[in-house]
Amino acid sequence: MAEVKLNSVRKIYPNGAEAVTPSSFHIQDGEFVVLVGPSGCGKSTLLRMIAGLEEITEGELMIGDRVVNHTDPADRDIAMVFQNYALYPHMTVKKNIAYGLKNRKTPGDEIERKVAEAAQMLNLGDYLDRKPSQLSGGQRQRVAMGRAIVRDPALFLFDEPLSNLDAKLRNQMRIEIKALQRRLGVTSIYVTHDQVEAMTMADRIIVLNGGRIEQIGSPSEIYHNPTSTFVASFMGAPPMNLLDARIADGTVQLDGGAHVAAAPNGKTGPVTLGIRPEDVKLDAAGALHFDIDLIEELGAHRLLHGKVAGQPFTTHLLKDVTVEPGRHGVRIDPSKLCLFDTTGSRL
Amino acid sequence: MVDISVTRTARRPIRWTVLLDHAVLIAGSLFMLLPLLIVLQTTTMPDTDIIQHGPQLKIGDQFDENLQKAMVQASGFSGENTGLRMMLNSFILGLGFAFGKIVLGMMAAYALVYFRLRFATIAFWLIFTTLLLPLEVRILPSYKVVQNLGMLNTYHGLIVPLIASATATFFFRQFFRSVPEELVEAARIDGAGPVKFFVDILVPLSQTMIAAMFIIMFVYGWNQYLWPTMITTEESMYTLVRGIKQITQVLEGAAVPEFGRSNLLAIIAVVPPVAIVIFFQSWFVKGLTESDK
Amino acid sequence: MKRAGFANTWLPILLLIPQLSIVAIFFYWPALEAVQSSFFLQDPFGFGSTFVGFENYADLFGSAEYRKVAWFTVIFTLLVTFLSLAIALLLAVKADTILRGAKTYRTLLMWVYAVAPPVAGFIGVIMFNQTWGPLTNLAGLVGWDFVLGVKFNDTAFAMVLVSVWKQVPVNFIFFLSGLQSFPKSVREAALIDNRSASGRFWDITFPLLAPTGFFLLITNITYALFDTFGVVDTLVKGEPGNNPMTLVYKVYVDGFRGNDLGGSSAQSVILMVLVLVLALTVFQFRLVERRIHYT
Repeated sequence: MAEVKLNSVRKIYPNGAEAVTPSSFHIQDGEFVVLVGPSGCGKSTLLRMIAGLEEITEGELMIGDRVVNHTDPADRDIAMVFQNYALYPHMTVKKNIAYGLKNRKTPGDEIERKVAEAAQMLNLGDYLDRKPSQLSGGQRQRVAMGRAIVRDPALFLFDEPLSNLDAKLRNQMRIEIKALQRRLGVTSIYVTHDQVEAMTMADRIIVLNGGRIEQIGSPSEIYHNPTSTFVASFMGAPPMNLLDARIADGTVQLDGGAHVAAAPNGKTGPVTLGIRPEDVKLDAAGALHFDIDLIEELGAHRLLHGKVAGQPFTTHLLKDVTVEPGRHGVRIDPSKLCLFDTTGSRL
Repeated sequence: MVDISVTRTARRPIRWTVLLDHAVLIAGSLFMLLPLLIVLQTTTMPDTDIIQHGPQLKIGDQFDENLQKAMVQASGFSGENTGLRMMLNSFILGLGFAFGKIVLGMMAAYALVYFRLRFATIAFWLIFTTLLLPLEVRILPSYKVVQNLGMLNTYHGLIVPLIASATATFFFRQFFRSVPEELVEAARIDGAGPVKFFVDILVPLSQTMIAAMFIIMFVYGWNQYLWPTMITTEESMYTLVRGIKQITQVLEGAAVPEFGRSNLLAIIAVVPPVAIVIFFQSWFVKGLTESDK
Repeated sequence: MKRAGFANTWLPILLLIPQLSIVAIFFYWPALEAVQSSFFLQDPFGFGSTFVGFENYADLFGSAEYRKVAWFTVIFTLLVTFLSLAIALLLAVKADTILRGAKTYRTLLMWVYAVAPPVAGFIGVIMFNQTWGPLTNLAGLVGWDFVLGVKFNDTAFAMVLVSVWKQVPVNFIFFLSGLQSFPKSVREAALIDNRSASGRFWDITFPLLAPTGFFLLITNITYALFDTFGVVDTLVKGEPGNNPMTLVYKVYVDGFRGNDLGGSSAQSVILMVLVLVLALTVFQFRLVERRIHYT
C-alpha cells in the first residue's frame, strides 16, 4: 500500500510537443483515483510516467516514500492492466498470471497458492490451462486483473481496461473492479475517457484537458461544481447546458432579454450560463421559453431537445409526465446555476 | 414453386462463367506443370530412345537405372560430383543460409526495434541499403574479397557473403513492429529484462514467422546459382543447381548425351524446395506476402 | 522503435555487430572496390593496373555492343514484367472467384516459385531441343524454324518465355492474397452497386490491388534485371556469342570471361546507380501512394 505524489511532473516529447504540463497531485493510500479526459489529453502519458514506461521530463514522482523517477518499471512495486490486456498469447492463463512472480524468483509452491487464490477470486478456476485466444473478452480482462493481483503491488494502474468490452460486460466489470479494489485496499489509478466510469468508480476524479489538469475533486464536486466549461460539458450525459448570456443591471440575461437570476456582485458583460438538464423544470409560468424539437424516450425518463433563446438546450422529464414538441415555459433553479467567464473559468 | 424457378433463372448464366474460370485455371496449371512432366517422362527412357524420338506419351523402365546414374555416378574428372554429394552440398547451403539469415536478422531487428539506440537510424540505413544492390551487381569484387580472405571452395565462403543482404532483418523488423506495444510493457512490469523478454516472449511469438522465413530462405539458398558457380571450383563442393551448368555443357559435347541422367538431376534439384513450399504452403504464403507491408 | 524500449547500451550493439560486420565486409567493401577499379585499366596478363579516369565509362557509352545489350535488357524487362503480372493477375482473379478446388489450383500454380532459375533455363533447353524439343516441334507446325542459341530472336523468345514461367507463381501468390484480404463487406457493397463483373473488377478490385501491384512491379523489374541470370546463362548454354544477354550477364561475361576488370566494374557501378535511382523513385512513389490510399 502506498501514497503517490506528483510534484510538477511534466512530459515533453523529443519532437518538442508538451504532452503533460507540470502537474501536481497527491493520492492517498488506498484511494481510487480516475484520470479522465478526451483522447490526447495526456492522461495515458501521465499514467505511463507513473508506471515507468515513459520518461519523466521534469518534476518528481514518489510512490510510497521513494522517489522513483529513474526506477525500472519492474522495481516500482506496481501492476498494470492494459487496454488490450497485453496477455502473452503463447502462454496459458496460469503461466500468464505466474510470469511476474516467476521473474521475481517466488518459490514454486507460493506461486501455485497465489495463482489459485487469484483464480478463485476472479472465477478463472476452470480456465487456467487455456490460452488467451480461447477466452472471451471478459475472461481475458479477468486474467489481466489476475496478473495484477497476484503480485500484491503497492499500486494498481489501469489503462482504459474496459474499452474493448461491450456495454453490458463493461457495466458488470466496472462493479467487479471497484469491489475488488475495495476488498484489497490497494491504491489505484485508473485512466478512462468514459465519464460514466469516472463518476461511478472514483473516490476522486482528475479531469485533464490538453495536457493540463482542469479539476480535481470527488465525483459529486466535479458534477455539481465544475470549475470550467470544459469540465461542465465533459462530465454528465447529457452534458450541462451552456448558454451565452450577459450580466446587465445586476441580473443575468439571455439573448432574448429573459432575466434568469440575480448576478454576483461587481460583474458585468458577457458570461456563459450553465445548468444541468435535471435542474430545469417545465413550468408554464417560467421565465424562459423552450422550443422542443425532439423527445428522446429512455424508459425511466425522457430527454427533451430543443432551443432556448436560439441556443441548443436539453432537459430531463420524468416518465409520468407527457409533453408535445412546441414552445413551453421552463423554470431554472437559480441555486443550481453555474456562471463562467468568457475564458470558460468559473465565476 | 416460385423459389425453384427463381433459382433456376438465377443460376444458368453463372454456370458458363464458372466453366470459363476453370478453363482458364486449368490452362494456367498445365502451362506450369507440363514442362516438368515432359522432363520427368524422359527420365524413364533410355538415352538412345530420347535422342531418336524425344519425349513421348509413355512411361519407360529406365527410371531406376537413371536414378542410379544420377545419384552415384560422377560426370566430372575428380569423380566427386555425384548426385548425392551435390544434394548434400545443396542442403548445407540451403540450411546454413536460412539458419544464418534468421539468427542474424532476428538479432539485428530486435536491437533496432526494442532498444533506444542513438545511432539506430545510421545502423538501419547501413543494413537496409543492402536490399537495393543484389549480389549479381557486385559479383566480381565480392569474388575478389572472398578470394583474398582465402574462402574459395569453403562452405563459409559459400554461405556468409550471401547473408550480407538484409531481407530477413527487414522482415523481422516489420514483424516485431506489429507486435503490440503493450506486450513489452507488460513484460517489463512483470520484471523481464531484454534477454528474458526475447527468449520467453518474442521468440515463441515469432514461431510461425520463423518457420515461414526458414522456408523462404532455404529455397533461396538452395536455388543460388551465380555465387556457387564462382566460389566453388572443386567438384566436391558443387551444389545441384550449380551442377546444372556442367550438365548442360556435358550434354553439348557428347555423342550420346545422357539425357536421362541429366534430366533426372534437374528434377532432383527441384524436388526438395518444391516439396517444402507445397507442404508448408500456408506458412510460406503468409511469410512471403507479409513482407509486402 | 517501441515507445518503451529497453535502455541498455551494450546489448543492442552486441546484437548488431554480426550483421553489421558481414554487411561491411561482403557488401560495402566489394561495392567500394567496384567503384575504385572502374577507374583503372587492368593489364590483360594480370601485371598491375593503370589509372584511366572515366575512360572505362566512356568506352562503354561509346560501345555499340553495350548499347545493344542495354536495349535488349529494357525490352526484356518490360516484356517479362508485363506478361508475368498480367497472366498472374488473370489467374489470381479466377482462383479468387471459384468456390471449388481453389486450394488445388493454388498449389498447382505456385510450386514453380521454388524452381531455381537455371533449372528453369535447363527445362527450357530441353523443351527447345533442336531435334525433338516439343516446343521446337510446335514452332515447326506453324513454319517457324526455331533454333535456340543460334538465332538471336529465337533465343530472346525462349528467355522471355522461361522467365515469365518462373515469375508468374510469385505474382500469383501476392495477387491472390491481396484479393483475399479485401474485407468481405467491400465485395458485398460492390456487388450491390455494380451488376457487371468486369465493371466491378476495374472500378473496385483493380484500384484496391494497386498497392500490391506497385510492389510487384518493382520486384518484377528487379527480377528481370538480376535474378534471370541463371535463365540467361543456361539458355545461351554458356556461349554468349551472338546471343542476347542482359546487363548483369554482361558484367559477368566481361569480368570473368573477358578478364576486363575495369570495364566490368564500370558496368557494375552503372547498374548500382541505376538501381539506386530506381529505389529512390520507388521510395518517393511509395510515399505519395501511401497518402492516396491510406489517409
